[in-house]
Amino acid sequence: MVAENGFWSNLAGLRLRARAALLGAAFASLATLPAMAQEVRTAVIRVDYPSLLPLSRLDLPAEDRAFAGATLGTEDNATTGRFMGQTHETVTVATTPENALAEFERLAGDGYRLFVILAREAELLAMADAAPGDALLFNSRSGAGSLRSEDCRANLLHVAPSDAMRADAVTQFLVWKKWTDLFLVHGSNPEDVALADAYRASARKFGARIVGEREFTDTGGSRVSDSGHVLVQRQLPVFMQNTPRHDVVLAADATDYFAEYLPYNTWEAAPVAGSAGLVPVTWAPTHESWGATQLNTRFEKLANRPMRDEDYQTWLALRVIGEAVTRTGSADPAELRAYALGDAFTLAAFKGEPVTFRKWNGQMRQPILLTNGRMTVSVSPQDGFLHQRTLLDSLGLDQPESACTAFE
Amino acid sequence: MIRSTLLATAAALAIAATPALANNVFVSNERGNTVTVLDSTTWEVIAEFPAGNRPRGITIAPDGSELYVCASDDNLVRVFDPNTFEELHTLPSGPDPELFVLHPSGNPLYIANEDDNMVTVVDVKTRQVLAEIPVGIEPEGMAISPDARTVINTSETTNMAHFIDAESYEITHNVLVDQRPRYAEFTSDGTKLYVSAEIGGTVSVIDMTANEPPITRKITFEVPGIQPEWLQPVGVKVTADGSRVFVALGPSNRVAVIDGETDEVIKYLLVGQRVWQLGFTPDEKFLITTNGNSNDVSIIDVEREEVIKSVQVGQQPWGVVVAPD
Repeated sequence: MVAENGFWSNLAGLRLRARAALLGAAFASLATLPAMAQEVRTAVIRVDYPSLLPLSRLDLPAEDRAFAGATLGTEDNATTGRFMGQTHETVTVATTPENALAEFERLAGDGYRLFVILAREAELLAMADAAPGDALLFNSRSGAGSLRSEDCRANLLHVAPSDAMRADAVTQFLVWKKWTDLFLVHGSNPEDVALADAYRASARKFGARIVGEREFTDTGGSRVSDSGHVLVQRQLPVFMQNTPRHDVVLAADATDYFAEYLPYNTWEAAPVAGSAGLVPVTWAPTHESWGATQLNTRFEKLANRPMRDEDYQTWLALRVIGEAVTRTGSADPAELRAYALGDAFTLAAFKGEPVTFRKWNGQMRQPILLTNGRMTVSVSPQDGFLHQRTLLDSLGLDQPESACTAFE
Repeated sequence: MIRSTLLATAAALAIAATPALANNVFVSNERGNTVTVLDSTTWEVIAEFPAGNRPRGITIAPDGSELYVCASDDNLVRVFDPNTFEELHTLPSGPDPELFVLHPSGNPLYIANEDDNMVTVVDVKTRQVLAEIPVGIEPEGMAISPDARTVINTSETTNMAHFIDAESYEITHNVLVDQRPRYAEFTSDGTKLYVSAEIGGTVSVIDMTANEPPITRKITFEVPGIQPEWLQPVGVKVTADGSRVFVALGPSNRVAVIDGETDEVIKYLLVGQRVWQLGFTPDEKFLITTNGNSNDVSIIDVEREEVIKSVQVGQQPWGVVVAPD
């Protein structure tokens, strides 16, 4: 890891070097090394948007969010790489939306061609469109549907699931439960409205019914006030009064300003799913199946905090790069892209089955965890849903629905 | 009248049958925190005893004197009397022991520490740690060559089989296999090594007669109507004559039967749900499979290559070993 912007003043980089030295000593007796040594250089760019505090203290953003995942992914790649004569070096940069493109171009100027980007749609597309012809970008944050459809880019692979994949993961579970009458509460910001669209489409796809909708308007104000729960307990049930009969309240709150208030503060005794209650995530620090405990404990030893979605998605992007480098023996982005999109690519991601990429829009297929914050309640796709290719393609945009042509 | 005829028939059958020796079959139950004991002639459950927290890997001394269980969440190996089921003592194992292999002589024990990127070598007599060997990330599968010179460890995230010199404890060779290698198994003549890759969906066949043993073949699996991603090879067992290889295929609920000469899959046997580990009876007449999601074991008749029975055991059976004769 190379320190940039002072973010790496912590011990993560030092630990990486210490472990590498240990492994190097252990494997020094390796009889042969491949003649060609590769140096794999990856840049991780995280765009930090102005935002208020999260509703829950548990979600306070860590300084090294996503970057700690990059460290772990680089470390994992380095162990295999050591036998293969490949070295992995990753630089991490945190920037603002205004400076994002300039930072990207600076790194491209420094010779970086592999990028993991944590940004919203606009900044991400700007970088993809400004990228040198031989660069490859991984989206580890944005779930925007258009990026997987009409605004897809051939040089952009999506490790982050789309909003539609997350919504489908929730809806499949609710349909499996036969809780098919849903009351949708959505926020008023554009991202919330887009998420609500994803839930509507998902309900149509799997035969659930949105029996009613309500908008929870974002009127601003601080997110935390002393004894704020007193008002929440009085106001929320009133807001949720006079609804058609429903099994579940679906919350579409991409901007995190109201959904967490809903559980137990509804008028009817309905459970909440979506942005609160039963939440679709790519990773949970409580997840334990398929070796997940090991990934969680390795991450916690490294970062001294739990692993979250952005850490996991960054770790996973680095692992895609590492795996493609291992199997192709190349660090050329075009070769890595071809391998990642090819039939031979499989990657273990602690989700119980290999993750692969959709060839038509560069979206990674992956199971989605449904968590209540304390436990993994279920993992979608659910038993009983069918797909002619792989059950994972029952989540998100399928080939016939995608308007993406850049991958043809 | 009818009853006496039946009795007579039963007596005749008892005489005709080869005098099968009953062996205790030990099944570790990961969730139940117990070991279930079956009788290998009647296939009845004869006991279930506490085995510590999260028992997974299980093996027995070659002379049948001690039963070893990886109590993963206790960070140690528990040693039991295989006849009385009493706990005798514990062995230090390093953190999170998952699978292990005994030296053919019965000592020492080589343990994979899944959470700590190490293999720990423990003397089962003095109960001392002899060595800690750094390996790749998430070590799991362990095997030792029949000549006891080479210890194999597979690391699940590094995707390698590490060859460890059994005397110097140095890594001498590494073979890149497919995603998430879970188990390694030698043929009894030591010429071949099989390494299963759970997420890669393959079993690599490694030629041990070559100087730097290479992969000579990758066995793949295909079952009509089963999504390929559910064909997840885990446990592997080879018959002593090398003619048959059995591979447990996880959530596809199948065990593959492979011709040991050609390394071609011959057939698939339907067993219980999420089959992970396998164990032969000493005469190799039967193979027992642990089915974690249906809480049972399936008994395979090895010669007929058929499942003859399934027996309920404890919660989430993980590993299995059968007492020697």
